[in-house]
This record gives sequence, C-alpha cells and structure tokens, in this order.
Amino acid sequence: MTTVERPEYKVIGTRPIRPDGAEKVTGKAQYGADIHLPGLIHGRILRSPHAHARILSVDTSEAEKHPGVLAIITAKDFPAADDRMEDLGETAVNLKDALDNILASDKALYRGHAVAAVAALNGHVAEEAIAKIKVQYEVLPPVLNVRDAMREDAPLLNENRRTKTLMTGELSEKPSNIATYNKFAGGDVEAAFAEADAIVEREFTTQMVHQGYIEPHNSTANWNSDDTITIWTSTQGAFAVRNLTADALKHPIASIKVVPMEIGGGFGGKLPIYLDPVAALLSKKSGHPVKVVMNRTEVFEGSGPTSGTYIKVKASVKGDRLTAVQATLCYEAGAFPGSPVGAGSMTMLSPYNIDAFELNAYDVVVNKPKVAAYRAPGSPAAAFAIESVIDELCKKQGLDPLQFRLVNASREGTKQITGISFPRIGAEETVQAAIDSPHWKSPIEGPYRGRGVASGYWFNGGMQSSVVANVNSDGTVNLVEGSTDIGGTRASLAMQLAETLGIPYETIKPTVVDTDSIGHNDVTGGSRTTFASGLAVFEAGMDIRRQMIARAAKLWGVPEDQVVYESGRLHSLKDSTRELTFKEMAAQSARTGGPIAGKASLLARGAGGAFATHVVDVEVDPDTGKVTILRYTATQDVGTAIHPAYVEGQIQGGVVQGIGWALNEEYYYDEAGRMVNSSYLDYRMPTALDVPMIDTVLVEVPNPGHPYGVRGVGEVPIVPPLAAVANAIADATGHRFTDLPISPRRIVEELNGLK
Amino acid sequence: MDSFTYLAPRSLGEALTALGNGKQSLLLAGGTDIIVQLREGRRHCDQLIDLKHIPELMAYRITDDGVLEIGASAPLARLYEDPEIRRRFPALVDCASIIGGIAIQSRATLGGNLCNASPAADSSPALMALGARVVIASSNGTREIPVEELFAGPGRNTLQPGEILLRVRIPAPAPNSGAFYHRFIPRNEMDIAVASSGVALALDDSGVITAARVALGAVAATPILVPAAASALVGKPANAESFAAAGEAAAAAASPIEDMRGGIAQRRHLAKVLTVRALEGALNRIRESR
Amino acid sequence: MSRTHVSTILNGVETDFLCEPRQSLLEVLRDEIGLTGAKEGCNNGNCGACAVHLDGRVVNACCVLAVETQGRTVDTIESLAHGDQLHPLQDAFLQEAALQCGICTPGFIMSAKALLDQEPNPDEQRIRFWLSGNLCRCTGYDKIIRAVQRAAAEMQEAK
Repeated sequence: MTTVERPEYKVIGTRPIRPDGAEKVTGKAQYGADIHLPGLIHGRILRSPHAHARILSVDTSEAEKHPGVLAIITAKDFPAADDRMEDLGETAVNLKDALDNILASDKALYRGHAVAAVAALNGHVAEEAIAKIKVQYEVLPPVLNVRDAMREDAPLLNENRRTKTLMTGELSEKPSNIATYNKFAGGDVEAAFAEADAIVEREFTTQMVHQGYIEPHNSTANWNSDDTITIWTSTQGAFAVRNLTADALKHPIASIKVVPMEIGGGFGGKLPIYLDPVAALLSKKSGHPVKVVMNRTEVFEGSGPTSGTYIKVKASVKGDRLTAVQATLCYEAGAFPGSPVGAGSMTMLSPYNIDAFELNAYDVVVNKPKVAAYRAPGSPAAAFAIESVIDELCKKQGLDPLQFRLVNASREGTKQITGISFPRIGAEETVQAAIDSPHWKSPIEGPYRGRGVASGYWFNGGMQSSVVANVNSDGTVNLVEGSTDIGGTRASLAMQLAETLGIPYETIKPTVVDTDSIGHNDVTGGSRTTFASGLAVFEAGMDIRRQMIARAAKLWGVPEDQVVYESGRLHSLKDSTRELTFKEMAAQSARTGGPIAGKASLLARGAGGAFATHVVDVEVDPDTGKVTILRYTATQDVGTAIHPAYVEGQIQGGVVQGIGWALNEEYYYDEAGRMVNSSYLDYRMPTALDVPMIDTVLVEVPNPGHPYGVRGVGEVPIVPPLAAVANAIADATGHRFTDLPISPRRIVEELNGLK
Repeated sequence: MDSFTYLAPRSLGEALTALGNGKQSLLLAGGTDIIVQLREGRRHCDQLIDLKHIPELMAYRITDDGVLEIGASAPLARLYEDPEIRRRFPALVDCASIIGGIAIQSRATLGGNLCNASPAADSSPALMALGARVVIASSNGTREIPVEELFAGPGRNTLQPGEILLRVRIPAPAPNSGAFYHRFIPRNEMDIAVASSGVALALDDSGVITAARVALGAVAATPILVPAAASALVGKPANAESFAAAGEAAAAAASPIEDMRGGIAQRRHLAKVLTVRALEGALNRIRESR
Repeated sequence: MSRTHVSTILNGVETDFLCEPRQSLLEVLRDEIGLTGAKEGCNNGNCGACAVHLDGRVVNACCVLAVETQGRTVDTIESLAHGDQLHPLQDAFLQEAALQCGICTPGFIMSAKALLDQEPNPDEQRIRFWLSGNLCRCTGYDKIIRAVQRAAAEMQEAK
C-alpha cells in the first residue's frame, strides 16, 4: 500500500468484521424476496413478446375469471403522469417515460416491456392467468443498433421526439431517434493533427451488457387501510423509490414508507424502479400484501442494462505528448432517452492533460430495454476506445505505454474538458504504482502471450445524506442511517464514527432504517456512500463531541474552550484531574441534560475523483480463440481506504465484471429483437474458474474534500479492464480487436481467416 | 408451469404401466433439464414419472467381461467418483465431470442427458466414440440400439411411446486402446459446447491404428459419427499427420448452424481442432496405460 | 391441484409439509417452511445461490421437486451454525471479507462445505472448479477462494 500524507488513525485502515456479516453467512439476513407477511399473495408481469409494437387492446376478462386471481392492472390503472423530470440522485428521469417503462401504455418499445400485472394466491396461478390475458399488437419494425437508429429512414420509436442540441437547446425540425446531441471542444484539433508525428483513427463498438447482480428485482407492497403504503424492496435508494412511487400514484410522500431490505447487488441497476408502484396498485386492488419478484429472464429483458455503443476516435501524438483527440460517441439509451453518453464523454480524456479535443456525443433510442446505470456508467466504453487508440499510438511510436501515461497525466490544476480544474488527484500516482508493481517488472514470455495496460477515471458523487447517532447510557452508539448498504458501508460508516469519537468500532451498532425513520438520503450510487454519508457521520460525531464538551464544561465549571475531546476522552485544560471517558460521559447523560444524539443532514460537496491504472497478462489459444487471464494488477487512488479489505473487494469485483464485458458478455439479439441469451447459462458471466487472483495496489492520495480523505472507490475499477484486456490481446496476437466482446469466436475467426 | 401429478414407481413394471395409462407423461431422472423445461413452458405433461426409485435404473456395474452397464437414472457424480470407472473408462469421466457444475452432477444422469437429445450434449459424442449401446424397455420387452440411433433431432429422441431408456452399455475397452472427449466452451465450466469431439483409438503393437471412432457434438442437428475420420485413421500410424487428416474429415462432416453460441465457420474449424486434440488425448492415454 | 404430503429430515429434524408436485424444493423451503437462506438467483441451475445438500450431496434446490425429497435428508445453510458458534467456513468468509452483497454467500458456503467434506485439502484450482457452479458478481472470487483455503486449513488443524 502506498501512503501519501496520511495521518495516524486508530480505526480507519483496520479490517474489522462487518456488522451485518454473521446474519449473511448464516442465511438469516432478510433480502427483499425473503419477506413473508400474513395474507401475502404473489404478482407476475405480462411482458411484450415484440420489440416494437403498438398495443391495440388488452383483454383481461378471461384472466380475471381464473380461480385464485385477485387483481389485474394495466397502465390505465395509473393516474396520468406528469411530463417532467424527476431527480433520482445519480440520474434524472422523465416521469412519463419512467411510468411508461413500468407499464407500457400505447406502445411496447422492447421485448420484455411490461404490459399488465396479475396478483394471485401463488405465483403458479398468477402465471396461468398471465397466459390468459389477450393483447392485440400491431407489430412494427424494430431498430436494434445505435447506428441503424441514427439513420434518417430508421423506424421511429416516438414520432414526436426531436433531437435536442444541448449547447443551444435547439430542437431538430424532423423527428428522430437521436434524443440529444452534445459537443465538447477546446484547442485547435486540426492544427494538432497537422503537426502530429503519428495519428491513429479507429472505430469501436460495444454491446449492451447487464450488471448481473444475483438477486432479481423484487418488491412487496401493502396498501394499508388508512391509505398509507408500506413497501419492502431491494433498492439502491429507498427515498428515490418513495418519491417516484408517490409521483406515479399521486400519493403524498409522507404516506409512503419504504423499507429497504438487504440488497443482493445492484451496481447501478437498482436505481430505477420497476415493480414498486405495480405491487402497490395490485395491493390496493386485491386488499392483500403483494410480492412481485422478477425471474432471471425478466431481469435481463425487463430491467436496465448499460448501453451498446459506437465510438470513433482519432488521436495524435507529437514526441511523447498526446496532442489532440477527436471523437464521436453514440450510445444506445434503450427505449427511452437517457444513456450515459455525457458521463462517457466527460471521463474519456480525464487521465490526460490535453489541450485540443472535440467530442461529439449522441444519445439514441433503440428497441431495447431502457438503460440504467452500471458502475461508472458510460466510462468503460469510452475508455475502451481511447485507451486502445493510445496503446496503438504507443506501439507505433515505440513509446512505453505507462511512461506515456505518466508524461501526459492529469494532475492538480489540469483543466478537464468541462473547463473545471482538477483538485488534488492521484492520476500519476496510480501510473507510477503500476510501473513500480512486481507485475510490470516481471517478464512476459511465450507464444501468444501478451500484456496490456489501461487507465480510467470516474468522478464519484456527493449528494444528500442524513444520519443520527444515538449515544446510549452504556457507552454504545446506535448509528441510524438511510443509505442502502450494498457492500459494507455499515462497516465503513461505523468505522468513521469510531474514529471521530475515539471509541471502539465494536461499540457502534449501525442500522439502515426505513424512510419514516431518518431524513432524506440519496441513492447508494456514484460511489458516494462512504464519502457522503461518511461526511454526515463525521459531522454527527463532531456534534456529539460538542455536546459532550458543553456538558463536561458545565460539570467542571470551566469554559467550554477549556475542555478538550481527544481519543475518546474529555479533559480539562485547567485541571488535569478532571477527566471523563466517552463511556463515563454517556452514563451521565440523563443527569446532564438528557439524551445525547449527534445529527447531520447535508448536501456533500467535494467528492474526489478516482483514477485507476491496470496491468493484465493474457494467453490466447490461436486455434480456439480462448483467452486466459494469467495475471491482473489493479492500482487505484482510493483516497483513504477506510476498510482496506472491502476496498480491495470493490476493485476485484469491478475488474472481473470488466473482464466479462471484454471477453464474453453481451446482449445477443435475433433480427426480430429477441434477446436469445437471456439466461446465466448463455450470458456467460465469469465463474471462479475463469479468473485468477486479482492483485490490488491501494494508492492513497487523500481527498481534500473529506476530513478523512475518502474518495469513492466502487466504480472506477470497471473502467480500465475492457481496454487493458484488448491491449493485452493485441500484444499477444498482433491483431487489434475493436468490437466487444472479444469472444473466442471473434478471435478464432480473425486469426484463422474464417470470415 | 403446468400442474401435473407425480408418480414414483418402485419397479420397471409399475413404471411401464403408468406410462401406458393414457395420460401425457414425461420421465424424470435427475431433473436438471426437465424441471427447467417444464418451468419455462418448453415441455408439458399431465404426469411426471420419477425413475429414481427403480433399483435397476439407479445401479451400475462392470460385468465379468468388462462391460460397463449404467442404469439410466444413476447420477453422474457417482460414476466419476468410482475408481474403477476412472481407471477403465476415463473418456466417460471426461464428459460426466463437466456437465454443469458439481450441484448439477449430483443429480444429472446419462439417461437424461441422452434422452434430452441436445445436439450439444456432452455425453453423446463420448458414448458414441466408446461404441456404447442403450437398452430400451417397453411392455413388449427390451431392445438394444447403438447410442447414435437414439437421436432424431434437436430435443427429439427416437424412443417410441411407452418406452423407457433402461441402461447404457459401454463395451470393455480393447487392449492397447484409448478414448477421449474434448469440448470447446467460451468459459471454463458451466457452458454449452460450441463444438465437441469424442474419439476412440486402438493400436497394434507397432503403433498402427487398427480401429477408430470419431464423434462430434454441436455441429449438426444431432451428435454425429464421422466414419470418414475413422477411415482416415485406420491403417495409419498414430501421428500428427493422420490426426490432421482425421481433423479435416471431421470438419468436412460438420454441418453446423449459426447461433448465439457459435458461428458456422467457427464450429467447422473447431471440429477439426477438437478432433485432433481429442486424438492426442486418446493416444496419451494409450501410452500411459502401457 | 391436490397437495402431496412429504416427510423429510430437514436440518436434522423430521419435517412434514404439503406441496404441489410442481413446486420446487427451493419454493417449498422459502415459501412454505420459511427457510429463506437458499436464494433464488436464476431458477434454472446456473447460479448456485440455492445450493443445499440432498442426502449429503450439493444440489441446486431449484432443480429438485419438493416431492422428490420424500424420505430423504435435506440440509440448508441454516443448519451450519450451532447457536452463535459459526461453522469454520462461515467464520472464514467473515474474516476474509469474502462477501459484499451476500446474496450468493449461502450457496457458496454450501458448495464449499460439500467440497471440504469430500476433499479436505483442495488446491486453488480445485476450489475454483468446485465453485464454478456458483456465481458471484461482487467479489471477483478472490476473497471467496481465500476464505475456503483458510477454512480448509483451520478444519485440518482442528482435527
């Protein structure tokens, strides 16, 4: 571990057992689908078999007569939606689109688009009823690929949609599948190209891929007799579920309680809502609590993967300097606007200090599921393109790829393409850590073996957090928070509180509570929770310290500025015999003014961006196209690693997702727009047998925007792997692959001239 | 998923009677395919007849003359854990130990894998190469056919109504012979073969091939035997040149389709590569057993 | 549809339940009996989140009909710990931070237990092979493999 300017911590940097661990290893933790309630019935969704079709009629009469059926709903059962944007924290959605995605009204825009929902005594009966709903469709030609969708003569998903140019706000005259166009430009690109020593221009494509969380979406709702609604759900943001459900049902926010259950993975895919308003309406209609759980095929077809992309890059070098980049980025949004092309554009060049650039960004609708966030949304595909081109430029010019990245690295003060300068960042430190790694220093030898490197960046988020820390009379503390714990944040937040208060980690009991029981918290997304809720925890801890100081001052009859709180002890500067431990002070709370509770509700600013540089060795079997990952090292600026084991885990998990994306994962469609590999069998996520141990190097460049220097760590690990693996394959085979996935089929066809 | 009744006959006679009761029946062995197919609406039945309570279908044995007889409902894990089977029939272990993961192999059976009749089934090319035959029972008695005659098309077998696959019979390996099964999948486990090859070789003392069988999976509507590949081997020395010729014959015999698991040219190419590698594997086994 | 009476030894206790023949063991464990430690990730045998032991062998509970368990022994993740005494595998998963979201953890532990029951001292490759039927999307498997290695070592030492 590399440490830069790091103070001495007592709790931060240790590796304690997570508070929710025992419940999870014993199978007792309650995830969304584990809930059981008296009178519980089960809901199922009818989904469109067509990728693009007008819904002419929905006849539920036969299904309603099916024994055991208690309620059926369609889009008509929802109040008319407002045509306005709803902020979900990390992403914003048009409310009308969001509701139309939950249950289609006039058009089915992708195969798997929900059309109706049934609640019945059990899931089998609900499925039987689903089969009896008669839907008349007028099947329309689908458009399944971003470039096809951009053609002038492409079938239109929405005849009223016009392209909005974001720089000017202008709308196009003709309707189009291109929802938005945006341009980022600076410097003189043409002049740089004219003076360049070398230029590489390449086109890249990536396919839709899914986050692949093991727990399917689920929601259980009970419409109570007082018209309040309780929802138990698996979500990255209970408050977002509450707000959107309130909007969908035109119900007061305060009358909806969302209980966040343990969540079985999300990676951004559990930011949108799909089932919650449906379960609520089914409950209202049936008078029972209703549980709706997707099956795996529904998760693939009916939730939100990330965009397939087409990216064209032209880049130049002069000497060892990257002088200009020109790129066009076209991202599939799925059925409704809102791809992460903006984030892709804004992160693409972040590792580099570059003056001349021109990026053209298109957000394009296609007849595929509406995309959702997926770990550093938009960034991996953009990094795949630029990092492949930079690799090729380096090879062409005989430049060491890591030295090149070091020379051209962004640092404090470097202007981003948005014009904003970077604060203290760790871009060059991660490159240096890669150069210093035993992996980079080791030889790579043998036929069809190769090494690749790539860098990447993710902004990380701040947003709103609320926490309450209640001090108990025995010196223990209940830390009440509202951020979904998706991978260890109860631990990382409790550790920050322990550090702030100078008390043992084990004395703090963190709990994620429902939306009635804590102030607003934005989603667990944008790698923000350990940073932003951590900031709130720090403030709540300082609040407790101030209260304890005030009480001690009163007890001792000294001014407050003569009382110091240090390492879990209060002492008087005037009288050294006056001392109280945190625990002793807590015991006196009733006598000194009542309960001590630290509170903080804040909008966190100062999120620190994260850089990563990865090194990977591969071996390619030229006769079968199989790629074996021999060795992988990921360096990352993690700010301060609160719980290093879980930081390593985030990196290792992101890397393996990236390896899957690079080599095998894709939404594979037939011509009619049917995803034909909508199972774990054929979607081919990596298994334990497909990857080696993933070595991590935690570089700690503290974020100046956080008292403990925390940076988000969860997202950037998936940014470099796509390009790193592609570059390693290019090194191993002499062939540069520009289309993902670089599947055995692609490799074997290329290497054996089989096309 | 349809509603169905569940029957667990204790004898073959009971099972055959149930099968003849006029209801639409499906047979249940390990269930790792059939339960999923019923759930996904790909197969339908009124009654599901569980064959795991019939002792002779659960048993396996090596007969005095070295024939391996495997009851159709015996789980794969029991087969590949058996030291005698590992020693004498390693090519069976090749396929049995890679069908699904361990949790699948605790349940999945040769009978089920064969009757499910997937062109990509791992056991089929291995058993075809081994010259296996299957014994089929009906109320009229039993009949025996070579395993390759069991396949009618993707997901379709040649069992007649009222018939039950009873057991698989694998002949005793000839002296100086070896067999090998090899498949290609994009991941390293938990995947369906893009293409596969099962081979068996027998040599004379001078190293000349005296008998050969080559079978391919996932390159046609059913697993196929490739007599041309066998012909390219018999009478030739067991070396790279003859193996390459057999590989070419295998590629020529392949008539694959294009789907999400693989392309036509890729599969044809893999038929060659995998056949050569399987032949090398078989030859190594012969050498090791000497 | 009439329901069938089934008697099993579930986690060491004689247990009776009623089920429809089409109900999977997973469905019955979770919805009828209330043991929700086995998770549904795919419902077709490809993720291992529902791994349980049937007569001592690891199986996917989604690919077993509940009626098939008549007279047989079923062990689930809920059977591993005794009071607050965790099984060495459970403890190792905690010590090695081998879980993030935790939804796959019960399945991994049940598969790993089946492996260690059979092969007490497996090497890394063997562990990876045995666990390839269990998908984890959070950890990249690194810490899971280390946890199984740690548990194996501790169980060997305890002998």
